[in-house]
Amino acid sequence: MRLTGILIAWLLISFNAFAVIDTFEFDSQEQRARFAMLSEELRCPKCQNQNLAGSNSGIALDLRTELHRMVISGQSTEQIKAFMVERYGEFVLYKPSVNSLTYVLWYGPFVLLGLGFILVIVMIKQRGSNRAQQRTQTPAKNTVDREHQQRIKDLLDKNK
Amino acid sequence: MRRILLFVPFIFCIVLGVLFVKGLSLDPTELPSAKIGKNFPSFELPSVRDADKVYTQTDMQGAVRLVNVWATWCPTCKQEHSYLNKLATTQGVEIIGINYKDDRAKAKQWLKRYHDPYIFNIYDEKGGLGLDLGVYGAPETYIVDKQGVIQYRHVGEVNATVWADLKVKMQALGWSAK
Repeated sequence: MRLTGILIAWLLISFNAFAVIDTFEFDSQEQRARFAMLSEELRCPKCQNQNLAGSNSGIALDLRTELHRMVISGQSTEQIKAFMVERYGEFVLYKPSVNSLTYVLWYGPFVLLGLGFILVIVMIKQRGSNRAQQRTQTPAKNTVDREHQQRIKDLLDKNK
Repeated sequence: MRRILLFVPFIFCIVLGVLFVKGLSLDPTELPSAKIGKNFPSFELPSVRDADKVYTQTDMQGAVRLVNVWATWCPTCKQEHSYLNKLATTQGVEIIGINYKDDRAKAKQWLKRYHDPYIFNIYDEKGGLGLDLGVYGAPETYIVDKQGVIQYRHVGEVNATVWADLKVKMQALGWSAK
């Protein structure tokens, strides 16, 4: 019984295949690796949340063919990226280059992290000073409490 | 001082809300063209009608025109085709067609059956010109000025609403209706 359960569970697990299977041929492993890397890093302009490797759309196939041609002809990674950006804009790069347009994108999170730290430090400091204030106030508070206790006692005594 | 701090989350929510509402009207599939302000890419391609007639980028110069990327396999192209016919006949808009990754016989048949709004048609069988233009989905319509510089790109159907926008942009470049 348990075994069947395990077997059924195994059947339910499926592994997503993310890559489209093409029959591109390469002269060397280096070229194959570079093609794989670039097709992972370049975005498909039509199907926006997929890279070239993962998309079956016509334009992705065209761009993969173009990419293959450029890799085979020995163009550098920078040249290929420049070629794509010239045609499709910064959009095609999943890892956008650092320039004045993308500063917010690259450094924004660190700025927010810094602001968060400052906020936490300010809060901790404030809490610390509040506690110190409380400590200095305690005797005064105690006298009030003592007066209250005395009044309660008096009232209770009166009722006796 | 403390009181004011209480309003911080409130203001934060308002700002986010405004951004979200603005985001609703944005179309994330519309990409800015990397080619705006650049010369029309160089090419040497035959005409759809006549395989011996060759066009080059210099044929894109001379007037403020629309360049329409289309194909017979593209349903939206069919949808906008009658509007392009209307623009060509009633407004006198000069439209250059780029027949993108298509079949010549089918393209010819299409132009015969649905009328031809184009002043000429470039036959881009392999999609090489499309690639150089950064075409990612037909139909796409470009405004090209007298010097052959790309001034604007619209991705998707051209209809009355889109034309109102294109018209203003073309007029700013010195174009006037017939």
